Amino acid sequence: MRGAFSRLPTTARAIADGDRRALARTITAVENGDPSADRVVRSLYARSGRAPVVGITGPLGVGKSSLVNALVGRLRSLGQSVGVVGVDPSSPFTGGSVLGDRIRLERRADDTGVFFRSMASRGAAGGVAAATREVSRLLDAAGFDIILVETVGSGQVDVAIRDIASTSIVVVVPHLGDEVQTLKAGLFEIADVFCVNKVDLPGAELAKRDLAEMVNLGGRPAGWAPPIVGTSTLDPAVGIEELWNDVLAHEKYLDESGERVRGERKRLSSEIVGLARDRIGRELMVGLERDPSLRRLLDEVVARRIDPRTAAERLVRRGRRAR
Amino acid sequence: MAKARDTKKSPIRVLIAKPGLDGHDRGAKVVARALRDAGMEVIYAGLRQTPEEIVRAALEEDVDLIGLSILSGAHMALFPRVLTLLKEQGGRGIPVFAGGIIPDEDARRLKRAGIRAIFGPGTSLEEIVTTARTLARHSA
Repeated sequence: MRGAFSRLPTTARAIADGDRRALARTITAVENGDPSADRVVRSLYARSGRAPVVGITGPLGVGKSSLVNALVGRLRSLGQSVGVVGVDPSSPFTGGSVLGDRIRLERRADDTGVFFRSMASRGAAGGVAAATREVSRLLDAAGFDIILVETVGSGQVDVAIRDIASTSIVVVVPHLGDEVQTLKAGLFEIADVFCVNKVDLPGAELAKRDLAEMVNLGGRPAGWAPPIVGTSTLDPAVGIEELWNDVLAHEKYLDESGERVRGERKRLSSEIVGLARDRIGRELMVGLERDPSLRRLLDEVVARRIDPRTAAERLVRRGRRAR
Repeated sequence: MAKARDTKKSPIRVLIAKPGLDGHDRGAKVVARALRDAGMEVIYAGLRQTPEEIVRAALEEDVDLIGLSILSGAHMALFPRVLTLLKEQGGRGIPVFAGGIIPDEDARRLKRAGIRAIFGPGTSLEEIVTTARTLARHSA
């Protein structure tokens, strides 16, 4: 236990002590941007950064939820506890959502070594929700050994999982497309491990070969060539042990190569800048509505006397002076 | 942590589950879809869930509401069990509604036991959505 432990706020201490109800409620508060979560999230940060965060991404229908279930089973048999976040899309029209990732989970109801949370994307692009990163961090701080994050069924450019996961598994199935698809930018670039699921279907060997050729074309930073694993989650499952071993091999590579620290610095710097940008943006919006001098600036732009670029420049200069 | 219910920022979260061994999930899916279209986040837990699994899902997912669908006839055993487990595990305030083939006399007894609303065949989706929204608003 850390020294700061005794000074944690009550809810944070409850989460660190394994109180699942406190964890569940705090996740809701984080998702809703509820200020009551702010102190909890801040104070638990120091306890995160321990668990590998493994992203499972790929187009819809490739079997991500079934793979997550299989990985959870594998991890439980190894005696490891698992926190899972399953993200599904929110309707751009109504904001509603059907979250169905949980349906594949086959765990005993009394297995406290697993915590599964479904999450709606709530308008965020990129395959995860705005709160996914902080929620996976909460699961980490709550003491789960491994965090699995299943993305929305992704399109070609849904690569936001990269900013959250230490290892990203890209899942495909046979006959998704020819080898030119594997050359395209986006999803295929972020794989640390490729998984060809439904490997019992015809065309699986071809799919693996196409991926292998793409990997062998090089062009990725030296040091780690993503392995390609064939899996099936039918009974009996195929390749799940191998898939997990490849994830562990990548985690080991991250440590030995120094990539973990480099990647972490990069991810955190973009997180900090993103948070600061959000905050400055919010303050500017409020300013434009309330501050008379900023409102006058807006009036000038509306009247076409000042152009938006010049107005933005003045805003930024003003902000610098204020600080 | 008291839950603020600002529905604009925080959508209602509802668990739809089917306890019992029958495989007729069309009703549950129609209701899930209607609640989705009403702007709610519906955690669809699917078929053949035990009361233990349902309560666990409700607590992990921190739902405002639980909807149970059943056509097997086992409702008098399974629904009260869900309510008991909720009470035991700190989910006392989560309202539970139900749908399926449930005889009137059973429905009366289940309501006395704490099931907040029961919808038989022919109930309009509007009625279900409105009731769900009202129940969620008063969720603890």
